[in-house]
Amino acid sequence: MRLIFDKSVPGRRGVRNAGGDAEGKVSIPQHLLRERPAELPELSELDLVRHFTELSRRNFGVDTGFYPLGSCTMKYNPKVAEHIAQYPGFADLHPLIPQFPGGEMMVQGALAVLKEMDRLLSEICGMAAFTMQPLAGAHGELTGAMIIAAYHRSRGNQKTTILIPDSAHGTNPASAAIAGYDVKAVASDANGAMDMAALRAVVDDGVAGMMLTCPNTLGLFNPRIKQIADLIHSVDGLMYYDGANLNALLARCRPGDLGFDIVHLNLHKTFATPHGGGGPGAGPVGVVERLVDFLPASVVRERPDGSYYLDYDRPKSIGYVAPFYGNFAIILRAYAYILMLGREGLLRASANALLNANYVLARLKDHYDLPYNRRCMHECVFSASRQAAGGVRAFHIAKALIDRGIHPMTIYFPLTVPEAMMIEPTETESKETLDAFVDAMIEIADLARDDPEQVVGCPRTTPVGQLDETLAARKPDLVSLPAVEGQDGR
Amino acid sequence: MPFIANTKAQREQMLAAIGSESVEELFADIPPDLQCGELNVPRGLTEQEVRTRIAALADRNSGGLVSFLGGGFYDHFIPAALDAIVSRSEFYTAYTPYQPEISQGTLQAIYEYQSAICRLTDMEVANASLYDGGTAVYEAIMMALRITGRRKVVVDETVSPIYRKMVRSYTSNLGIALVETPAAEGLPDRDAVAEQIDGDTAAVIVQNPNFFGCIDDVTDLAELVHQRGGLLVVSCYPISLGLLKPPGQMGADIVVGEGQSLGMPLSFGGPYLGLMASRLKYVRKMPGRIAGRTVDARGRKGFVLTLQAREQHIRRERATSNICTNEGLCALRALVYLSLLGKEGLVELARICAAKADYLRGRLLAVPGVTMRFGHRSHLNEFVVNLPMAADKVIRGLFGRGLAAGFPLVRYFPEMNNCLLVAVTEQRTKEDMDFLAHSLEVILCG
Amino acid sequence: MIPEDLSYSDQNEWIRAEGNVGTVGITDHAQDALGDVTFVELPVTGAELAKGQEACAIESTKAAVSVYAPVSGKVVEANAELEDDPGLVNSSPYGDGWIYKIELSAPAELTSLMDAAQYGDFLATEGEH
Repeated sequence: MRLIFDKSVPGRRGVRNAGGDAEGKVSIPQHLLRERPAELPELSELDLVRHFTELSRRNFGVDTGFYPLGSCTMKYNPKVAEHIAQYPGFADLHPLIPQFPGGEMMVQGALAVLKEMDRLLSEICGMAAFTMQPLAGAHGELTGAMIIAAYHRSRGNQKTTILIPDSAHGTNPASAAIAGYDVKAVASDANGAMDMAALRAVVDDGVAGMMLTCPNTLGLFNPRIKQIADLIHSVDGLMYYDGANLNALLARCRPGDLGFDIVHLNLHKTFATPHGGGGPGAGPVGVVERLVDFLPASVVRERPDGSYYLDYDRPKSIGYVAPFYGNFAIILRAYAYILMLGREGLLRASANALLNANYVLARLKDHYDLPYNRRCMHECVFSASRQAAGGVRAFHIAKALIDRGIHPMTIYFPLTVPEAMMIEPTETESKETLDAFVDAMIEIADLARDDPEQVVGCPRTTPVGQLDETLAARKPDLVSLPAVEGQDGR
Repeated sequence: MPFIANTKAQREQMLAAIGSESVEELFADIPPDLQCGELNVPRGLTEQEVRTRIAALADRNSGGLVSFLGGGFYDHFIPAALDAIVSRSEFYTAYTPYQPEISQGTLQAIYEYQSAICRLTDMEVANASLYDGGTAVYEAIMMALRITGRRKVVVDETVSPIYRKMVRSYTSNLGIALVETPAAEGLPDRDAVAEQIDGDTAAVIVQNPNFFGCIDDVTDLAELVHQRGGLLVVSCYPISLGLLKPPGQMGADIVVGEGQSLGMPLSFGGPYLGLMASRLKYVRKMPGRIAGRTVDARGRKGFVLTLQAREQHIRRERATSNICTNEGLCALRALVYLSLLGKEGLVELARICAAKADYLRGRLLAVPGVTMRFGHRSHLNEFVVNLPMAADKVIRGLFGRGLAAGFPLVRYFPEMNNCLLVAVTEQRTKEDMDFLAHSLEVILCG
Repeated sequence: MIPEDLSYSDQNEWIRAEGNVGTVGITDHAQDALGDVTFVELPVTGAELAKGQEACAIESTKAAVSVYAPVSGKVVEANAELEDDPGLVNSSPYGDGWIYKIELSAPAELTSLMDAAQYGDFLATEGEH
């Protein structure tokens, strides 16, 4: 498909600008002006709409088909959330309005949403307060790591290390390192849980805290979670909960009750806001009472008369992690979702998430190696080792699913399982969809055994086949630039 | 039950296949004393009730304010075609394009977006987005530290105070020497900046047009910092690049900016769009996702995420950044916006905004007691006026008349008590501007 | 086939010492595990390295690994060919895919490295973990 720049015809315009009757002169000196306009596309509105429509048809979304992606919680994005996010009363609000005296009275509805989400998420997670500022899950992790650092500074502690399980998501060590900590990985035991002996060996006074998800990335709940928390607390360390897997625990179990001190959530996972092809997301962070003072500025407070205002007078705050109050339009969508589900809906969500994942596990376990032969929670991890021995690897199985109209599951994560395939169906999928997925996986397993060639060359039905990623990294072609004076886009 | 498909009969079939008696049994791994009781969360509402409840909250915000607020975030018109395109579910319900064969739509759009940003800023490579303009400044600083191996960064006072607060928050415990240089009459003080540049300076950070709306040519600053082996980082306002000399032509090594004005609604603070572009030679030190063009086994062209070895899922604690989810859909909005306006449309838009700002300036300066701050500098569509009394008092009076007249700078610059930052976009009519001038006169003189 | 005339570290580097200068690269096992090498961040000539210290980095499409110094010394040359053709590390790990040359500051350290047979055993036991 041609690039949009290649479809340009000089002189074509898409839309007409508003304000064309502007009075006034533009008198900016020549040396501050650009000599030539930027070479942006020149298409009619129709040709432009067709270009993007064609692009969209080369894409796959939750609305297209099933995403069994472990650790991503690709659940259905409710359309009511899209609808309310467009209300002009929210969409047109300038974020600077509440930043001067009296301004907050002009945005009471928006402040109410932020305060309500603080209350709801605190209740759901067993935390004392939430900040909505972090703009994605990894951003929430960084915020959490900064809060950990601020806490230890306030106590005069000399802490250098954060512990993570060896099965952790890559953002965990990356976030800890950016906050200035060394990272130590703790091994898993034969059952896939954290190895307690290995943990005890590394917990010392230099440990600032531990970052964990629960259930872990293998979809397994560690019944010794409180012991782990006690151990970390015994050296005045803090327990950080990576909320990526909260869908398993919704309304059933609260991270605060398990001993966690800090929680981040992924609204674009557990709370059904759309993934957008790579964002925007939101990663609110909750903390227990003793950490509340460190939350980012500002905080929404309620006056005795019921009106809301922004409190910036927070000397112990870690400062600003976002320009304003968070990705508000995403927070608003999650709010609609929580209102719609209610407490009974949240409970059914986790219940059906576990039902769906265990159903898939039960139907597939005779066909693929199961590293931990026990029930899972909301996601299950298989290994393609058996098939890999015959030359068909997790990579090939994933690509073969594409030809069957299903997005691949997560592969090669967690790193602790060879040829890992992580499957998280989520609660919004029907039994028929799961059966179709399982049937496809069984068919692929049979082909892997009887006719591997059928599996290895996939996908065959897509506009492009497997792309040469080596070439893309060795000889990067990252931009199309106009052919001006020898520039050729490389 | 919203969004749950399985019927009771189906759930029973599934439990039978699992070999469990009940769904409760599936939670048996959680010790009973760790399970919570019923949450103090209201019961679920119908869709109709949700819409009514949220519409009532929307009504509690002051809609319909005639706004002259800017400060880095502008009320530009968003064409209907943009919303129509971006609301296609194949775009907004899609996952990150790690499986390129079924993500060519997203990936080609990212490549086109990267290209559009490079063309706009006159730089050589761009990433697929960062969270916002402020984290983009922080990421540029980290990138400059990685490239140069140095520990000192000079940030000018004319860079957005909001972004400077964010940078201080992120870097305060990383052992970086962060120095802020004072402005001289609305632009970076060259002597003050030169004094701070030494052999340990990784980068100098400036903004153009800056927070006061003043336009600068920073070519001389680029030369100053390059002489000592450091980098120039410029934060930009993309609409201004319809008219203004792009940072790539002024010697910038890294360009960042806030892309909100490229088709993102103001939405009370987000989601926004962090722009980042740089010289090609620094691409392996750049954070964020990057799409590249390549071929498949049959020679068909296609797009992939590339140079992933920089990122968290491979490099983990040694990654260029921890960023994972970014602002993908917002980058798509920006691409569509720039394409809808097109080459000539963006030039025209910048010109319209500048002309309207010129008109408003004239009307405001005709109000007794109102003078221009930094009047001898050039401006595009944002400027600072001096009022004869405290600006935030004036603001309150004007709110009562349905006007958000601008932003009182005292919030971030305590000595600028009477100063108001005023922004004008193509959405403000002559009537709006006349009404502002008239209302201001009434408040000041009445 | 593990070349007999080289010495090996437990980080999968090899070194060929000729006089006081050693040529360093990564082994066939290492390049195979990495997959297609897409970029080599070469060490800076003149850099002083201690034994076991990180010398440079290698990226592939799916991984990024460090290359360490098997012995102490000073980097005297880096393989500029790898800038244009990083794939040499895959196709010729013991030959044209060499990465850097180091002037040994403590030649006795060579004796602490493994020979071909020991490295073979090392790989065999590593595979069991």
